[in-house]
Amino acid sequence: MSLLAAATPTTTWYLVLGAVLFGIGAVGVLVRRNPLVMFMCIELMLNAVNLSFVALAKRLGDIGGQTTVFFVMVVAAAEVVVGLGIIVSIMRRRPGATADDIAQLKG
Amino acid sequence: MSLFAASAPAAPFPVLTALVLVPLIGAVLTALGSRHRPEITKLVALVSSVATAGMSVWLLAEFDTHDGGFQLVSQHSWIDSWGIGWHLGVDGISLFLVVLTGVLFPLVIVGCDPHHDEKPYLAWLLLLEAGVMGSFLSLDLVLFFLFFEIVLVPMYFLIGGWGYDQRVYAATKFFLYTMVGSALMLVGIVTTALLARDDLGRLTFDLVEIAEGSDFAASTGRWLFFAFAIAFAVKVPLFPLHTWLPDAHTQAPTAGSVILAGVLLKLGTYGLLRFGVYLFPEAAVWSREVFLTLAVIGIIWGAIAATMQSDLKRLVAYSSVAHLGFIVLGTFAFTSEAISGGVMQMVNHGVSTGALFLLVGMIYERRHTRQIAELKGLQKVAPIFAAAFMVVMLSSIGVPGLNGFVGEFLVLIGSFSTARWWVVIGATGVILAALYLLWAYQRVFHGEPDEANSSFRELRLREGAVLFPFIALIVFCGVYPKPMLDRIEPSVKALLERVEEKTDFVVPVSDHTGHGEGGEG
Amino acid sequence: MLDLLWLIPALPLAGFLIILVFGRLLGEPKAGHLATAMVAGSFVVAAGVFFDLLNNPEEERHHVQSLFSWVPVGSLKVDLAFLADPLSITMVLFVTGIGSLIHLYATGYMHGDPKFSKFFLYLNLFVFSMLMLVMGENLLVTFLGWEGVGTCSYFLISFWHTRESAATAGKKAFVTNRVGDWGVMMGMFLAFGAAGTLSYEGINHAAEEGIISGVTATAIALMLFIGACGKSAQLPLYIWLPDAMEGPTPVSALIHAATMVTAGVFLMTRVNPVIEVAYDWAPTLIAIVGVATAFFAATIAVAQNDIKKVLAYSTVSQLGFMFLAVGSGAYVAAIFHMVTHAFFKALLFLGSGSVIHGMHHEQDMRKMGALRLLMPITAFTFIIGWLAIAGVPPFAGFWSKDEILLYAFAKSPILYVVGMITALLTAYYMTRQVIMVFFGEARWHDQSEEHGAHGDFKPHESPAAMWIPLVVLAGLSVVGGAMQLPFSKDLHFLEKWLHPVVEFGEAKIKGTWAYDNKYVLLGIAVVVALSGIAASVLVYGKKKVAAIEPKVLADGWHYDSAISNFMGGPGRKSFDAVAWTDRVVVDGAVNGVGRVVRTAGSYVRRAQTGAVRNYAAGIGLGVVALLVWFFLRGVVL
Repeated sequence: MSLLAAATPTTTWYLVLGAVLFGIGAVGVLVRRNPLVMFMCIELMLNAVNLSFVALAKRLGDIGGQTTVFFVMVVAAAEVVVGLGIIVSIMRRRPGATADDIAQLKG
Repeated sequence: MSLFAASAPAAPFPVLTALVLVPLIGAVLTALGSRHRPEITKLVALVSSVATAGMSVWLLAEFDTHDGGFQLVSQHSWIDSWGIGWHLGVDGISLFLVVLTGVLFPLVIVGCDPHHDEKPYLAWLLLLEAGVMGSFLSLDLVLFFLFFEIVLVPMYFLIGGWGYDQRVYAATKFFLYTMVGSALMLVGIVTTALLARDDLGRLTFDLVEIAEGSDFAASTGRWLFFAFAIAFAVKVPLFPLHTWLPDAHTQAPTAGSVILAGVLLKLGTYGLLRFGVYLFPEAAVWSREVFLTLAVIGIIWGAIAATMQSDLKRLVAYSSVAHLGFIVLGTFAFTSEAISGGVMQMVNHGVSTGALFLLVGMIYERRHTRQIAELKGLQKVAPIFAAAFMVVMLSSIGVPGLNGFVGEFLVLIGSFSTARWWVVIGATGVILAALYLLWAYQRVFHGEPDEANSSFRELRLREGAVLFPFIALIVFCGVYPKPMLDRIEPSVKALLERVEEKTDFVVPVSDHTGHGEGGEG
Repeated sequence: MLDLLWLIPALPLAGFLIILVFGRLLGEPKAGHLATAMVAGSFVVAAGVFFDLLNNPEEERHHVQSLFSWVPVGSLKVDLAFLADPLSITMVLFVTGIGSLIHLYATGYMHGDPKFSKFFLYLNLFVFSMLMLVMGENLLVTFLGWEGVGTCSYFLISFWHTRESAATAGKKAFVTNRVGDWGVMMGMFLAFGAAGTLSYEGINHAAEEGIISGVTATAIALMLFIGACGKSAQLPLYIWLPDAMEGPTPVSALIHAATMVTAGVFLMTRVNPVIEVAYDWAPTLIAIVGVATAFFAATIAVAQNDIKKVLAYSTVSQLGFMFLAVGSGAYVAAIFHMVTHAFFKALLFLGSGSVIHGMHHEQDMRKMGALRLLMPITAFTFIIGWLAIAGVPPFAGFWSKDEILLYAFAKSPILYVVGMITALLTAYYMTRQVIMVFFGEARWHDQSEEHGAHGDFKPHESPAAMWIPLVVLAGLSVVGGAMQLPFSKDLHFLEKWLHPVVEFGEAKIKGTWAYDNKYVLLGIAVVVALSGIAASVLVYGKKKVAAIEPKVLADGWHYDSAISNFMGGPGRKSFDAVAWTDRVVVDGAVNGVGRVVRTAGSYVRRAQTGAVRNYAAGIGLGVVALLVWFFLRGVVL
């Protein structure tokens, strides 16, 4: 019975999950070369942040956190549209290109 | 009640505002003109520059000779929250510079042919005129800075687009060098206004208010003065910040060189007086020895460098360094005669060196070279041209009877009482001036012309018509300088009174009862 | 007539302006006649003013006419004003008198020259400037004329400007004069500072009252003397005068003999009160420079072969005598010699011009000889000029030179001795010239081939326009001495006339050994003159003794060539060094700044790899750094 009690998710669990997801996403952006995968990792980071916002909103009783989530989701959606559009058009021109190959803005 | 408060009621016709706006509008109209009707474009440009010239001459007639304060003041608020206003005014120091600007531009538009892309050329020229007018007339620090910077852009394009072989290098150098100085000046302007706010109670960039109302500590004043002075020192140009000038002058098209020498350089010397000495008299007096020394070095160095030039235009450019040295010498001598002489010399130099550049430009038109070694014996084939060159050259040398002498003499005699040894050394510049100019004249005009030079065309009527006002002014101001000096002196006196008031510098007055060493010898 | 004072310089100015506009229309000879008439008109007005002044009692011979306010700034209030007093009118009379004679001469001499009108344009402008110089009421008007004559001298020396040597000579004259002009300016500034005015009346008054004295007066005097050395060709600034012979002979006569070069002597005489109150060594210095120059130039003249160069060095030498006089306090004698020298030197120059004209522009005396038969009037007048300059009584030069040497002896016997030796040399080299040109055997027959177009080359006498001035000047050289004869006080006309101007500065030599024994000195002078002539006759006439004309003298003691070498060598190199430094060091610094910025930029640009992942890593690192910073700052997370 107490095992189940100890297994009740607290806010901390959500925050830790959020942090882990964020970390995975961050590392993914830095390490992966495929632009689409990098993009997915960015999405992962955004969702991790969403999770943290919701957890803290419930914990602090402030509805502001949950409304922020809506903002983030809208921005993420817009960003996906634009970003994927750019990536797809680049990939069409140069199939198999990695993030490192696209260095036209080298100073 | 200070002399510098607006003493005369603003004239019904805002002539000063018009002097700035007419060329500006002219520039816009010229730029909008059709490419297919160049004569209309030229006409528009000519009309606006002639209108400006007419207004500046009218200004001369309306000017009250005995008033040392700012006249025909135009004051409107612009950016109130920061205390920046549209404040224009003219006094004895700026009057003749404004007239010179007004008169010089139409002459240059008529007399100099850009050879290509006339429309943008004329537009830039008019914008330049607006900027210069604004700079001479502004009595608000930010407004002045605005016009000061506006001047740089058209000049850059004029040199870079219509100049000679190394024009891009020269234009870039000119722009960046001057801009660095101005950047420091901007810092100075903002700091000055902010510090003045403590004394005045509100933030304002108005020159007169700050000058009259604020009281800077000596060390603060010196830093601020330094910031302003750097910008002007580059513009003058004062040794050793002068090396942009030979390149800019040589590579600029004729019109550019004439305006550069005639008017642009005076922005520096004018700024030293109007902003340096007026705002920070204590710092100006404290630093005068540095300026006097640099000025004298400039006189000698510029003359020596001029002697060894193989490019005729570059020689005239270096002569400008030498001549402006005299003006700075006069400015920091702080006597009525010296500063008045300096102000007069600003105009004189503009007229004679402007004419010299016109003449050199005419030589280039005919022979497509500026190298002295390739020119020879021109007096034999073109005696009238040679005569015109001779008159202008003698003015530059400073022969009495012509305008150059009066200004130079006043500077020297005025500075003798407060800067004796600087004058003794600087006056040897007159020997060097004769040396480099006569040597150049001999190589170019005397002797027997060879084949390439014997087809040198004589002075044309149009060219003579453009040169005539220059020569007329050269002779008139040399023979009868009194009207000019009468108008310059009251403002100079007012400035010196202020210097005496704010510092412990005593302006010597020559004692007619004599105070020599009596009873000796 | 005094009201018409302004007319005196106005007439030549009008001549200048008329010829400027209508010169080509007028052409030859109308332009020449107009110019001559203008100067002659000035002479007439000047004569009228002279008589007006004469009618006034001595104290009132001082009239100022102010035309307008010229430079009024601060405490400087200079008018364009003229002063008519004994000194200025004396100067005006001989400037316009001799000037008109030379103008007349030039109408003949310049006949056929394509730039005939232009010559008279410059000549009239010159007379105008010279008149401004001597009639100026203050130092600034004088300076206007001072520089004006220098400028006209430049125009006229380089008149035949297609000749390189003429062009160079003109430039040399102007620049050398400018060195002197620096001195005049310094003198003006000092005078203004001490006396508060530039007018002669004010400055001299200040000196007489003791307001200017000692150091200031000495400085003023010496600075003006530097100017005088330049304008009047004294050591060390005389180098332009021999080269100035490149100009047409009327120019040499008018400018470089009679008028412009006397400006320095005039200036010193004008400010004689200042010299008087200066330290004693100042006038002594002036006298020493004067006599040294006189001697120096005389030695050089002995070895010159160009007919005009002899006269040029002779002029330098005679000017030296005038400064000897100034330094000895003998202002009257200086002016006296100035006037007589103007007479005979102009005569000699015009005569040499006549010879050159008749010899079809040959100037080397070694190619002349026995010309007295073919050019009798020229020869006759030239001989009179020769006797005058050699110092043979009763010709004019004798009296004036003797007066100078009298005062020189009173100051110091050494000055007298050097002066006497110079007088001996003067007689010697002038006789040499006369013999070489007019006597001996005709050495010009070899010229026939060169001038073959004329058929048989034969030197001929000059036209009337040229010999009439010669005759007039010859007459003046004979009787000119009557202005100031030493025999009795009553005959000191010039001294009495100039008295109000020079009384403060004039040396008082009554009672000195020299004064008491002046007839002895007079006798010595005659003996010296005759010995010089005799010696020269022995060497050049009878050829009994070999001529001593060492190269060092012919080359002017290598002084001029030394200066030229310096200017062309080390002088030019140091100027080049300055230009190089400006281009490479000063401008190099500016370009260097640009280079530094570009180099720095090229390093910084390496951070812009263009790879997104690097930028992302940068963002990550930055965030971490910020967090660490906040954490350390104590912001609770």
